Amino acid sequence: MVPDAEFTSYYGRPVLHAPTWRAPDIPGYLFLGGLAGAGSLLAAGAAVTGRPELAQVMKVGSLGAIGLGAVGLVHDLGRPSRFANMLRVFKPTSPMSVGSWLLAGYGPAAGVAALTALTGRAKTLGAVGTAAAAVLGPGVAAYTGALVSDTAVPAWHEGYREMPFLFVGSGASAAGGLGLLAVRLAESAPARSMAVLGTCLEMGATQVMERRLGFVGTPYRSGSGGRFMTASKVLAAVGTAAALAGRRSRWMSAAAGAGFLASSACTRWGVFHAGLDSARDPAYVVRPQRERVQIGAQDDDR
Amino acid sequence: MSTVFLGDIDPAGRAGHEDHPPRMGFFTDTSVCIGCKACEVACKEWNAIPEDGIDFTGMSYDNTQGLGGSTWRHVAFIEQAKPLAAQVPGVQHPAGEPADLRWLMASDVCKHCTQAACLDVCPTGALFRTEFGTVVVQEDVCNGCGYCVPACPYGVIDQRKDDGRAWKCTLCYDRLGEGLEPACAKACPTESIQYGPLEELRRRATDRVEHLHRNGVTDARLYGEDPHDGVGGAGAFFLLLDEPEAYGLPPDPIVTTRDLPDMWKHVGMAAAALVALAVGAFGAGR
Repeated sequence: MVPDAEFTSYYGRPVLHAPTWRAPDIPGYLFLGGLAGAGSLLAAGAAVTGRPELAQVMKVGSLGAIGLGAVGLVHDLGRPSRFANMLRVFKPTSPMSVGSWLLAGYGPAAGVAALTALTGRAKTLGAVGTAAAAVLGPGVAAYTGALVSDTAVPAWHEGYREMPFLFVGSGASAAGGLGLLAVRLAESAPARSMAVLGTCLEMGATQVMERRLGFVGTPYRSGSGGRFMTASKVLAAVGTAAALAGRRSRWMSAAAGAGFLASSACTRWGVFHAGLDSARDPAYVVRPQRERVQIGAQDDDR
Repeated sequence: MSTVFLGDIDPAGRAGHEDHPPRMGFFTDTSVCIGCKACEVACKEWNAIPEDGIDFTGMSYDNTQGLGGSTWRHVAFIEQAKPLAAQVPGVQHPAGEPADLRWLMASDVCKHCTQAACLDVCPTGALFRTEFGTVVVQEDVCNGCGYCVPACPYGVIDQRKDDGRAWKCTLCYDRLGEGLEPACAKACPTESIQYGPLEELRRRATDRVEHLHRNGVTDARLYGEDPHDGVGGAGAFFLLLDEPEAYGLPPDPIVTTRDLPDMWKHVGMAAAALVALAVGAFGAGR
């Protein structure tokens, strides 16, 4: 049922308060967290399958990404000096609380993995760190889907089923992209596969989400959110083409890697801005709710 | 549908308060609001809320615009070309054509939801449920993460920019503890804002709607009084004379955390998909 284009509002003012979260802190964290989480899986796989260069690049890259992402998170707080209050309680009802505890476990593990790889010392400890980061990494990459969806923001909340898949796909695309960019051809094959598979998952989840959201998904197609989402798709197509055509070219592979990284970042900025736009326009709040009330009233009449 | 879970529950008891007082709340009867804004002023005064901009909006007499970190009561003004109930239509102004006019005024406030999204998503525990069943921010704990802001389905709680923390109506928690009524209710000259035990307020509100209907005000309806609605019923509910969205209120809000178990399920599946994808990448790379 298509809702009426007309809807009532109070002088056109928003019903919701838009997130106070700012760019680049928060979309940057969404990107870097995905890169780090999926990167730790790639690092562990590389370590197990005897690809030391890929393993080292992904361990160091994951630590750098999560470190920079955490700086963004703290910087975005209204009271950065109180960041430690995040670990004051554990609340499964708050994805941000769950994420804080995940990061508190994942960060040190990624740190141990990277530092032992760089120094070549404490190999057993390094293996434990690598394994722990690989176990927690998928959670780090996926929980942000619930983080943004667990709000009243229509474009985020209504997409809660697809958002975690979209985000892990984007994370895999970024991690594979980093491997392609920084690792020699001899060891980069799994990174190439991960980037291409991740991109497919991301694009598939985006398609499903936009189709299901209909009117509420408009901010993913228009405005600044739409521009970032389009840029993401173009970059992903370029990256995929270069990755598949340039298997034997170091330069083509590096260009593909850069394309995947940029595409993943654009996705996160696109989702971020689509959410802000959807919170600021009362149509996205009022029209679906009014439609729901009307359907409920019809059901009552029967 | 908006008929969700729990129904009438005891939020204070569920939060661990034993032998707590009855759940207290507001019934804001907008049919007797005269738009004096005494509630806005009393709230600012009592709670020592900073000034947050003096604008001329052109939105009737509303220059406050909406609830926010430094506005915990907000009086909305809506001018409509409709007669109000048995009012004699065709208001004759000295100059110009006779026209119908009804002027709706409504004092908005935090709903103190039974299922409060702000409280659910707060990662620090700064937001908590009081023994009166209300929802309050502890300003010495809040670290300004801002998660509560987009979680609220009514656009109530907000960040104070210069301060960084999130603020909203406390239902005058400090006054309640002393047996006093909240400042806005105390200041309201028409008893549009009524404070009391929620059960009693609900009874009073039902009677009031029936009374208005009998007197031809067929537009009168309650908003937020139903414990089976999407937030489990509001601790602060309203009698409105038009659709909620005309007042800037969402017509059928649902607490976002209702879907959280399903969200976690999807997060788990996505994390598993990522592991499978990585295994596949190494399988393909051999």
